[in-house]
Amino acid sequence: MYVAVKGGERAIDAAHEWLAEERRGDRAVAELGLDQIREQMSLAVNRVMAEGSLYDPDLAALAIKQARGDLIEAIFLIRAYRTTLPRIGHSHPVDTGAMRCDRRISATFKDAPGGQVLGPTFDYTHRLLDFKLAADGALPEAPVGAPAEAPMPRITEFLNRDGLIQDELAGDETPPDMTRQPMEYPANRALRLQALTRGDEGFVLGMAYSTQRGYGRNHPFVGELRIGAVEVEMEVPELGFDICIGELVLTECETVNQFAGSKTEPPQFTRGYGLVFGQTERKAISMALVDRALRWQELGEDNLGAPAQDEEFVLAHADNIQASGFLEHIKLPHYVDFQSELELVRRMRAAAGDEMREAAE
Amino acid sequence: MTETAYNFAYLDEQTKRMIRRAILKGVAIPGYQVPFASREMPMPYGWGTGGVQVTAACLTPADTLKVIDQGADDTTNAVSIRKFFQRTAQVAVTEHTAEASVIQTRHRIPEAPLTEGQILVYQVPIPEPLRFLEPRETETRKMHALEEYGLMHVKLYEDIAHNGEISTAYAYPVKVEGRYVMDPSPIPKFDNPRLESAAIQLFGAGREQRIYAIPPYTQVVSLDFEDYPFEASKADHPCDLCGCGTSYLDEVIVDDDGGRMFVCSDTDFCATRRAEGHRGRLAGEDLAEELA
Repeated sequence: MYVAVKGGERAIDAAHEWLAEERRGDRAVAELGLDQIREQMSLAVNRVMAEGSLYDPDLAALAIKQARGDLIEAIFLIRAYRTTLPRIGHSHPVDTGAMRCDRRISATFKDAPGGQVLGPTFDYTHRLLDFKLAADGALPEAPVGAPAEAPMPRITEFLNRDGLIQDELAGDETPPDMTRQPMEYPANRALRLQALTRGDEGFVLGMAYSTQRGYGRNHPFVGELRIGAVEVEMEVPELGFDICIGELVLTECETVNQFAGSKTEPPQFTRGYGLVFGQTERKAISMALVDRALRWQELGEDNLGAPAQDEEFVLAHADNIQASGFLEHIKLPHYVDFQSELELVRRMRAAAGDEMREAAE
Repeated sequence: MTETAYNFAYLDEQTKRMIRRAILKGVAIPGYQVPFASREMPMPYGWGTGGVQVTAACLTPADTLKVIDQGADDTTNAVSIRKFFQRTAQVAVTEHTAEASVIQTRHRIPEAPLTEGQILVYQVPIPEPLRFLEPRETETRKMHALEEYGLMHVKLYEDIAHNGEISTAYAYPVKVEGRYVMDPSPIPKFDNPRLESAAIQLFGAGREQRIYAIPPYTQVVSLDFEDYPFEASKADHPCDLCGCGTSYLDEVIVDDDGGRMFVCSDTDFCATRRAEGHRGRLAGEDLAEELA
């Protein structure tokens, strides 16, 4: 019976209803509240905000709920929503040096002004399933210390004072924005960093890991990793002065990388940089390593042909919304193109068959 | 946010203006891929986001929209895109090619000749015809700028050397107005001759951030060699439903023994012919009724 494509519209509606049922799951189980997702799945919320390029924990929680916990799908929902938002203005660059840090560690110095603060980290937990959590979530209050009042200057600045690390020159040009202009290669560093911060965590991690395993090795140390809140300030034209419009939690990672020096530069350390929305340190460290690998040309290094050195390769494939969309589109009907290939193969097989028969005769 | 909170055809006016500028540039330089700041749409990349953005930028409230995928109006993704514009632009929709002012398509050109004033919008996955010969955008842009298409001819030649014919069955490359080599999107090469049309043809590649165009009555030549001329091929059958011997056909497996039937891939074309009384091999009145 020829029914292949009929009823598409009805099928779509039914599929959506079924999907809604599956999302809800067993109705005897209490429904998840957005506040629960925001408070108890906060690292998922952070990832969705970071890769969705939209800082809004409530919307990210909604997206996670709607996406049944599929984070790439949730990121997609946030990205599509983001498209519809008007661009009212630009903030000033945030000052991460003034961050109120929940966590601040350096792997290069045992101690530094401001101290090392471990903060809420999985790092030294033993990864043993905690069955108490399955039974009941009752949790004793954690002791609260006095907030650190001392300023926490960036640790790489100490190296910079001695000229031991390559200087990042401040510039006041407006950075490009890949969500408003088509991507162009070669990209500058600001554009690369934007692409990496919203890139897929797994992809950026894999690229960073490849540099550690020898595909463009750049000897990184975590000079500093800090997580905390920064104020966002912007100048409101009607007021004529700067006001704070809110706070963001950010993760910033600066790596200190070895560098032998070149004909024009004395030996000094170089940097990689990662900055990501929320508590997302795996991503921020990965980003810093990939950033550093992509700077080979600017720092006068050799192109080793490593994937992580290849700007067009890295940037064109880092976005999980582009990647998953294009990957999954092969589920769509392709019978017209398939049909044309089918005919071609049949024709070529017939021709080959004729030739073989002739050869046999 | 309620649905009415979205702008007409979803995109805000600034974005539509940006897309229209890219379209105008594309029309001015036929076959040239114009970079544009593609937006993230509420459907996945690879599912027609480029076409949807071009359509959104072209639509006016007075337009009548037709959406096809594989030539058919009722394939799932065509249904989904048509619904999207019904929801966000409240435009009239049709399945009849002649009634549409804007037609968004994936993988086919409608069988019925298009007329002046119609816009055909193609969804394009990979706009760069040289992409699978040279993966780098930085290189392919240079090759287009220098009109350096030797690599493509070598590829076609190697096809003939290996297979006895050019083994590209869809997305068959064309040269537009004697200048740019262009990917016509994955239409079967059967459709290539109809790229010379009275309608405006616009191509949108969302993920790849490119728009290009073929203005009406522009010369479009499928690449070939004098001794191996281009040939628009199709299944060597008439349509089993409407009996048409010249339309592009889908092959459908109809039973467990591998029995086949061939039907027009353009559903509107086929239904119109059947309504006019044409009958194919398998179109008894029962079947025709069932399909209606």
